[in-house]
Amino acid sequence: MEIRSEYFADERPETLHEIGQSRPRDDAPGHVTGKTGFFADRTFPDLLHLKMVRSPHHHALIKSIDTSEAERHPGVIRVITAKDVPHNLYTILILIQVGPEDETVLADKKVSWKGEAVVAVVATSERAAHEAAAKVKVDYEVLPAVFDMEEALKPGAPEVNPHHPGNYYEYDSGDHRKVRYGNIEEGFAMADHILEQTYSSSPIEQAPTETTGCIVAPEGNDRFTCYTNTQAMFFTLDNTSIILEMPGHKLHMVGGTVGGGFGGKVDVIVEPIAILAARLTGKPVSFIYSREEEMQISSPRAAEKIVIRDGVMNDGRLVARKVTGYTDAGAYSRHSPYGAQKGAAHYPGPYTVPNVWIDTYCVYTNRTPSSAMRGFGVTIADFALEVQMDKLARLIDMDPLEFRFINAYRDGDIKAHRQPTEGAALIECMQEASKVANWPVAEKYMAMSSAKREI
Amino acid sequence: MARIPVQFTLNGQEKAEFIESGATLLNVLRDRMGDTSPKGGCQQGTCGACSVIIDGELRLSCLTLAETCEGATIETAGGLANGSELHPIQQAIVDGFATQCGFCAPGMVMAIKVLLDAKPAPSREDVVEAISGNVCRCTGYEPIIQAVLSVSRSNSQQAV
Amino acid sequence: MALELQTFSSSAEASAALRGGGKSYLGGGSLVVRAVNEGDVRITGYVRSTDKALTSIATDGGRARLGASVTMAQVVGCEALSELAPAAKLIGGPAVRNVATVGGNLFARSPFGDFTVALLALGATVHFTDGEMDIDAFLAARETVTDERGIVVAVSFDIPPSGRFRFLKISRVKPKGVAVLTIAAAIGTDAKGTISEARIALGCMSDRPIRAEAAEKALVGSELSESGIAGAVDVIGEGTAPITDPIASSWYRAEVLPVHFRRLMLD
Repeated sequence: MEIRSEYFADERPETLHEIGQSRPRDDAPGHVTGKTGFFADRTFPDLLHLKMVRSPHHHALIKSIDTSEAERHPGVIRVITAKDVPHNLYTILILIQVGPEDETVLADKKVSWKGEAVVAVVATSERAAHEAAAKVKVDYEVLPAVFDMEEALKPGAPEVNPHHPGNYYEYDSGDHRKVRYGNIEEGFAMADHILEQTYSSSPIEQAPTETTGCIVAPEGNDRFTCYTNTQAMFFTLDNTSIILEMPGHKLHMVGGTVGGGFGGKVDVIVEPIAILAARLTGKPVSFIYSREEEMQISSPRAAEKIVIRDGVMNDGRLVARKVTGYTDAGAYSRHSPYGAQKGAAHYPGPYTVPNVWIDTYCVYTNRTPSSAMRGFGVTIADFALEVQMDKLARLIDMDPLEFRFINAYRDGDIKAHRQPTEGAALIECMQEASKVANWPVAEKYMAMSSAKREI
Repeated sequence: MARIPVQFTLNGQEKAEFIESGATLLNVLRDRMGDTSPKGGCQQGTCGACSVIIDGELRLSCLTLAETCEGATIETAGGLANGSELHPIQQAIVDGFATQCGFCAPGMVMAIKVLLDAKPAPSREDVVEAISGNVCRCTGYEPIIQAVLSVSRSNSQQAV
Repeated sequence: MALELQTFSSSAEASAALRGGGKSYLGGGSLVVRAVNEGDVRITGYVRSTDKALTSIATDGGRARLGASVTMAQVVGCEALSELAPAAKLIGGPAVRNVATVGGNLFARSPFGDFTVALLALGATVHFTDGEMDIDAFLAARETVTDERGIVVAVSFDIPPSGRFRFLKISRVKPKGVAVLTIAAAIGTDAKGTISEARIALGCMSDRPIRAEAAEKALVGSELSESGIAGAVDVIGEGTAPITDPIASSWYRAEVLPVHFRRLMLD
C-alpha cells in the first residue's frame, strides 16, 4: 500500500501511524483453519428443521390450505400457517417510519410473487420436512401478473399489493421523489446539444457462499436465542419483536462472522418464523436457505430503468440534466422505497450542473421482492451516468476524462438537493488516475483542485 | 432406521461413529465429529466450500455419503495446522489478504493442497484450474492465485 | 425419512434392487445426492454396486470400453483416450471430476451431460446388465430402459483417430462453468478432403443430448471450408428446442448455436 501524500498535504498531520500501513487481518487465521465460528457451526440435541412451502405462481388468490396430510407425516412436529403468526404484516423500515406494513410472514389471502412463503413445516429431519412440505395442499386461483414497471404504472394494471394502489410507493411528495434545482427548461434552451438515453438493468443476486439462515434455541422463561447471519441485527430484533408481539428482552440475537452478505442478508426473513417455530415446539429450530432458495427467493438488487436527458455546451459544460428513474421493488417494499429515494439524491452524480430535474419512482411488480445490494440506489445510477458522460464527450468531440474535469464538483458547490459539497476529491483522483493509466490530460486540468475553483 | 457403524481416519485420528444410512460426510463431520471446517455452501457440488481430501483425492463432502468412506483417510482444513503453526498454504492466504468473509477458505485450502502435493511449482493456469470448483465471492480470486504462487515460489527456492 | 444406501457386489443384484422405482443408482453422487440435498423427495433410497468391472477402462483394437463408474478424472488420465480428455476435463471442477461418472452423465438432464454429447457424436454403444443398445436409442428411452435391461454397466465406442473428433463447450465462467451449449462432431474425410461421414451431437438444445441430422446430411459431400459448411450452418438449429435456464434463454442458445458450430468446423 502507498499513499500519495502530495494531495491534501495541508489537511493531514504527518504523524499517522496506522494509515498507510498494511496490517494482518486478525480474523484470517481462524478463516483458513476453519476455526472461525459461523452461525451454523453449532449442534443442538433435538434440533428441528424448518422448510417452507412456497407459491408456484407469480400472482394468485389462496382459496384454501390443507395441511392435514402433512401434519400426519412421520417426523413432523408442527405445521405453521398465517393464523399462527401474531402480527402477520410487516415492513422492515417501519422502524424509521417508512410504512405502510405491506408484507405477510406467511401468505393467507394471496401470493404476489413466485416463491412467496405460504406454509412452514417443522420436522425432526430435513428429509421429513421436505416430504411433508410436498403434502401440503394449497388451492390457488391464478391472477394476471405484471412484470414490467411501465406496464405496472398504467391504469388498469393488475394490483400487485393492496397496500400500494397504482403499483407505486406513495412518498410524502406523491407518487415519486423529486429534486428540482435551477430552471431545467432554460438549461435545455441554452444547450448546444441535447442527448437523451435510456439505461436499464436486470436484478442481480448477491450470491453469498453461505446461504441465509438462523438457528433458534429456546432458553426457558419464553426467552429465545437466535444465532443468525443477518447483516442487520437490530432490524431483525425490532421487526421480530413487532411480528411476534414479544418484548425485545425475550429475544437474544447472536450474530458473528457472516459468510458473505453484500446486502443480501439485510432483510428480516428467516428469523421471525424460526423463532415462532421454536416457541410453538419448545425445541431448537434451524431454518437455512438451500442454494436454490438463496438464488431464487432472497431479495436481489432491484432492476432499474433510467432515462437521462442532458444539455451540454460545445465547451464541455453540462448545463441541464433531467433524470427519470424507476426502481423495481418486486411485490413488496423491503428496502426499495429507500433505494429509489437514495437514487433521487444521488443524481446528478459527482458533477456540478446548474439546472437539474429528478423524478424517481419505486414500482411494484409480481417479481421477487428486491432489496439491498452494495450501494443500491446509486450503483446502477452511476453506471448510467458514466456511460452517459462518455457519450456526451463523444458528442462534442472532447476527451472523456477532460470532460469530467470540467464538470467535476468542488468544495462549496451547491448540489441539486441543496447540500454544499464538502471533502470532494474527484479532481485529485482523476489526476492520479490520469498518471497511473497513462491517459494524459491538458496541464490546466492537472493544476485543478477540489478545494477551490480556479479564477 | 437402524444406525450403521462407520470408521475412518480424520486428520490422523481414528474415528468410529454410528450414523444414519444415507448421511452425507459433510453432515457427519460437522454434526457428529465436531469438525465444522468444511462448510455447506450449496449442497450441490457447485461451490466447493465443503471440499475435503479423501485418500489423497479432492472430494466434495456434501455429495459423499459417509458410509462410502469406510476405512478411508480424510483430511480437512481443520487438521492442517501444526498446533498454532499454520500450514504454508494457510499462512500464504493470511499474508496475501486472500480471505475476506472466510466461508470459502477451508475448502479453498484443501483444493490448493491437492494441487501443491502433486505439483509443488504449478503454473498460474494450473492454479486457476485447481481452484475452479471453489467459489469465492469476496476476493475476486486474484489474491488467492497470488498466494498459491507465493507458496510455489518458496517451494522452488527450498528445492534449490 | 433417511435414505438408505444398499451396496451389492454385482450389477445384477443392484439392478434387481432398483426395480419397483423410487430408489436411485448412486454413482459419484454429483447428480443424485445433489437432488436429494435440494429436497427431491421422489428419490427414496440409494443403490450401488461395487463390481470392479464398473470402474475399469479397456482399450483393445481401437475400441474402448468404459465401465459405468469410470470417473471423468480417469478419462482425463487415460492416454488411450486423449482425444476425449478435453471433453472430460470441461466437466465440473477437480472435485466433481473425481466422482462424476460416465454412467451418471448418460442420465444428466440439460444443461449437464456434456460427456454424453461426446459419446453421441462417437456413436457409442450402451451396455446394460442385460444386453446393449446404440446411444441414440438409449437416449430416447433412458427414463425406462433400465427397468427392463438393468443398470448401465459400460459404454463402448471406436476410439477416433486424431483430428476426426471435435468438441466445444461454451460457458460463461472459465475454466469451469455450466454449458450455454455443447457441440461434438465426428467428421470423416476422404483423400480429397471431402466429408464422407459426419455425426454431430448437441447439448442444451433439448432436455438431453440430440443429433443435428439435417446438418450432418448437409456436410456429407462438402468440404470443410467457409462455403462448404454454409449449408450445414444454416440448418444446425433444425429440430432443436433449446432449454431456458439461469445460464441462458432458449432464444439466446438458438442464436449463438450457428456461430459456435461454424467456429468448431473451421478451427
